[in-house]
Amino acid sequence: MPAESYPDDLRYHRDHDWVRLDGDVATFGITWYAQDALGEVVHAELPAVGDTVEAGESYGELESVKAVSDITAPLGGEVTEVNEKIADSPELVNDETYDGGWLIRVRLGDASAAAGLLDATAYQEYLAAL
Amino acid sequence: MRDGLKRTPLHARNVELGARMIDFGGWDMPVFYEGIGDEHRAVRTSAGVFDVSHMGQLAFTGPDAHDVLQHALSGDVDRIAPGRAQYSLLTNEGGGIVDDLIVYRRGDDDYLLVVNAANTGAVHEHLLVDVAGRDLALVDESDATGMLALQGPAAIGVLDALRGDGVAPLSGVERFGMTMAEIAGVPCLVVRTGYTGEDGVEIMAPADGIATVFDAILADDRVRPCGLGARDTLRLEVCYPLHGNDISPDTNAIEAGLGWACALDTGFRGSDVLRATKETGPQRRLVPFRVTDRAVPRQGFALFAGEREVGIVTSGTMSPSLDQGIGLAYIEGDAAAVGTVLQLDVRGRRREVEVAKKPLYPPEKDT
Repeated sequence: MPAESYPDDLRYHRDHDWVRLDGDVATFGITWYAQDALGEVVHAELPAVGDTVEAGESYGELESVKAVSDITAPLGGEVTEVNEKIADSPELVNDETYDGGWLIRVRLGDASAAAGLLDATAYQEYLAAL
Repeated sequence: MRDGLKRTPLHARNVELGARMIDFGGWDMPVFYEGIGDEHRAVRTSAGVFDVSHMGQLAFTGPDAHDVLQHALSGDVDRIAPGRAQYSLLTNEGGGIVDDLIVYRRGDDDYLLVVNAANTGAVHEHLLVDVAGRDLALVDESDATGMLALQGPAAIGVLDALRGDGVAPLSGVERFGMTMAEIAGVPCLVVRTGYTGEDGVEIMAPADGIATVFDAILADDRVRPCGLGARDTLRLEVCYPLHGNDISPDTNAIEAGLGWACALDTGFRGSDVLRATKETGPQRRLVPFRVTDRAVPRQGFALFAGEREVGIVTSGTMSPSLDQGIGLAYIEGDAAAVGTVLQLDVRGRRREVEVAKKPLYPPEKDT
């Protein structure tokens, strides 16, 4: 599995999600820290296109061989895309955490809420204090 | 000791190898080194070595050892020739399972019971009742003994490359046969058995020598270190029960499908209850199932035939070899028949499963 990293061009949430912002569309995934804690992901339950996700609420589940974890939405909005590859290759979450392992894309209800997310430095400081 | 957890003689090695450690029944054990899926596949295709030093070893020696064990264990001790081992159940008065174990006959009056780590104390206490006033010694050798499992198609080849001069090839040892062999200069008791469904051995050595054996085995490129996570996915694919999940003092050996390990005519403790169950037929049976949808079954999930609850999952996982959810469950009556389609409740959602035949791996070829 790839080495620990937290790309500078992403924003982060304390529940260990990353966000890639593109105007009012955001892509969500889980961070290196989260996939490392979970272990090899073997199954994902993700929402459908058109579903609403609420900031701070669970929008799905990731399962490893030994555990199940809720995925928390860092921001709220309407799901516009779901990563189809995850169903057949859930290990993308571990192996391509910030690229091929993306989970859903969301049209943000409130794009300004992104200002409340952490940058890579602040997130790593947060991790160091855990 | 960190957090009061017990450590095996291989603890330092496990940590050096970067294992993810967990509390397993009070022991600090590796759940994986690099990844459960990779380790599982290594055992199915080449070889894996597991630290199982946490397991218990109870020695029984003396003229009464045979009779005491014949009454306490479900298997027929008469069928264990010196130099052989047998899978057996330690049963209670109700025909329930205090532990499942392997009994090694080291000599005429010399037996070794290898028991699950979490049950070593319970087994010892259970047997103290039986040995009181009898002509035998019961000694707990667990702390003095280290143990490894070396499993996979390459396992015997790996071991043969390490055996001392004058040790006969281990490929000549039959399944459940055992032998004393010097491995990397350390005296070992080797038995050809395992918990993975692959060829291989379990190796016992003095606690202060087991790390040398482990290092020598790992020096062979064909072997990877494997943790308890892979041990569980491997055994579940071949439908071996896990005490604490699938079997317990409250589960009947006939219901658990372990009648084959019960020599009912030897009159062992609880055999009358088991004979009655066999005659009337068990009301529920421990059977394997495959998930047809994508979902991971977990212990405690309920199984339904329409709206009727008919069963409960006792073990479940995502099978690395089959790329499908699999599990074991107690299912009542006709719903336990092979081919029955049932619904699994996965945290409020229903997913389709099918009752299957043992073993789940290898999968049956289409004829």
